[in-house]
Amino acid sequence: MRSKTIKVDYLARVEGEGALYIKVKDGKLADVKLKIFEPPRFFEAFLRERNYTEAPDITARICGICPIAYQMSAVHAMEYAFCVKVEGQLRALRRLIYCGEWIESHALHVYMLHAPDFLGYPDAIQMAKDHSDIVQRGLQLKKIGNEIVALLGGREIHPVNVRVGGFYKVPSMQELAPIAEKLKWARDAALETVRWTATLNFPDFEQDYEFVALRHINEYPLNEGRLVSNKGLDISIQEYENYFIEEHVQHSNALHSAIKERGAYFVGPLARYNLNFDLLSPSAQEAARSAGLSPVCRNPFKSIIVRGVEILYACDEALRIIDQYEKPEKPSIQAQPTVATGFGCTEAPRGILYHRYSIDGKGIIVDARIVPPTSQNQKTIENDLWQFIPKYLHLPDERLTLQCEQAIRNYDPCISCATHFLKLHIDREQK
Amino acid sequence: MTIKRKPKLAIWKFASCDGCQLSLLDCEDELLAITNRVDIAYFLEATSTVRKGPYDISLVEGSITTQHDVKRIQKIRQNSKLLVTIGACATAGGIQALRNFKNVNDFISLVYAKPQYIETLDKSTPIANHVPVDYELRGCPINKRQLLEVLSAFLHGRKPNTPSYSVCIECKRRFNVCVMVSCGIPCLGPVTHAGCNAICPSYHRGCYGCYGPMETPNTTSLSSQFSQLGLDKDNIVRTFRTFNAYAEPFRKESEAYEK
Ligand code: SF4
Ligand code: SF4
Repeated sequence: MRSKTIKVDYLARVEGEGALYIKVKDGKLADVKLKIFEPPRFFEAFLRERNYTEAPDITARICGICPIAYQMSAVHAMEYAFCVKVEGQLRALRRLIYCGEWIESHALHVYMLHAPDFLGYPDAIQMAKDHSDIVQRGLQLKKIGNEIVALLGGREIHPVNVRVGGFYKVPSMQELAPIAEKLKWARDAALETVRWTATLNFPDFEQDYEFVALRHINEYPLNEGRLVSNKGLDISIQEYENYFIEEHVQHSNALHSAIKERGAYFVGPLARYNLNFDLLSPSAQEAARSAGLSPVCRNPFKSIIVRGVEILYACDEALRIIDQYEKPEKPSIQAQPTVATGFGCTEAPRGILYHRYSIDGKGIIVDARIVPPTSQNQKTIENDLWQFIPKYLHLPDERLTLQCEQAIRNYDPCISCATHFLKLHIDREQK
Repeated sequence: MTIKRKPKLAIWKFASCDGCQLSLLDCEDELLAITNRVDIAYFLEATSTVRKGPYDISLVEGSITTQHDVKRIQKIRQNSKLLVTIGACATAGGIQALRNFKNVNDFISLVYAKPQYIETLDKSTPIANHVPVDYELRGCPINKRQLLEVLSAFLHGRKPNTPSYSVCIECKRRFNVCVMVSCGIPCLGPVTHAGCNAICPSYHRGCYGCYGPMETPNTTSLSSQFSQLGLDKDNIVRTFRTFNAYAEPFRKESEAYEK
């Protein structure tokens, strides 16, 4: 009996730390485990006995890459609980800051984390030696996303200006105007992103996924909507826990999500795109079509193009909001805490992020539940690897590892979020 | 002219949100220039290239929460000429240190259905509790300008210029109206380490102390001001217990109000 083990210590270019374990027996794939070994972090427990006003700042610290998503899901949940409606320009400003986070996070992933896989570089810095213009374009796009977040939020990471009911301070038109100028450049750069990513080489890989995303009556989803899927799901967000379950599996510090009785599902840009193509801006639709994407795309590797399409949408939407902006009279609406349970579900760059809080009469949190996008995708990532790896088993381990990493990065997994993890371990056993 | 080897930079992660290391990638205009000056030898968030130590500068993000991490930080220290902690997690135990005031086993069963799979220490502790640290950069997250200053200072063999006065001073420099005096908003600015350039008061909210305590802060007098503004004991405890809860002056102050 011969057995072979290959161990690559950490998976790079994902947010957070984890490992992949692959077992090959007699030339056949025997086991795949995506492991999260980032230390456990107890956010739901920390939130107990905290004031409801603190939830946006505390939950932001789950993830430095998508703090706005956490802040938005938190404030929406609280407003749901206390029957506060944030409308008009305040609502628009929330969409604007979220657009900033999408641009920043997607540009980071497309240019710095995922593109090097397609072009065979270990990172964007090496890639820049041969493709300086491309990497510069990515960095400048990322910067504009960050500028939006910093202007509206006070800083790029863990912004301070978001609160239940609105903001602490709202910007003047004069403050927004320079951003609009830069966004015009960003629109062109986003269009270029779509064109360029479409020229990359994609493995022929399609699966019959269940895509889950928010769907809003008249806008591409960011903060609000119903939860829908291509397999008949259509529920309000407060029904989330009736339809989705979380399991704690031994090999991971994250909790795996599944749809009851159906199993794995897929959240994130590809899911949003497939379920909301009609609500993209005309130029984003047009860019997708010219890049050869049909309104439904089942190849997760092409999520890199879809991220480009969403960057373009976010630029269009940000420009629209700034164009129609009038400074609201008050920066926020007063909330009156009552005994209540609130639900929030918003579209983080990586997919739906669900929050639920129960509050006592004094505004103190008595129970909290948070389901981040990466733990929702984890089962689907493992399923993909089960399908994908057998086609590449003939490759030397080093190449096989790279292929697997690329397949995992399709999901832009945020391991930090999922632990509320990657060490690569290939076991080849031969009799 | 002698050709000098580029200094090797490594970035390490412990229990954290990745925000502080992201600050380096957020230096969009400087990033490529930085890589001309230093050799990024270990930075998993950005590159799959992994070069062996020793490293000239190690930036460490995150707090220590597992036995395995206790050993890992010791190896990193042995392999690093200079070790700089970045952010509140690495410098003070971060938000994870909220467990230090409770029984961690209760937390495990709250979050995870199968607690037997979870390995964790009962306290989240700063890096300096485990190994000598050459420099600590504050903030949750750190300020990327300060990060660039620290890197450039060490590359030139000088001391970083990161003032240790309070956020209050930064506010005065920005000619902000004091949110506590004029609006009665509780603010930790008088006892919080500078570095952010007084972001919160500039956005009409009180500082919540994400840069941690300044040197010899007068927390007692600030707490009594908070009482006068109407904060009850529980809220005073919460105010000092966020992202630097285990930094000594904040910890002591919150414990004084818990009794
Ligand atoms: S200090 Fe704050 S921003 Fe930095 S890693 Fe810790 S939680 Fe994240
Ligand atoms: S004002 Fe205080 S809480 Fe706000 S960013 Fe600065 S140090 Fe952090």
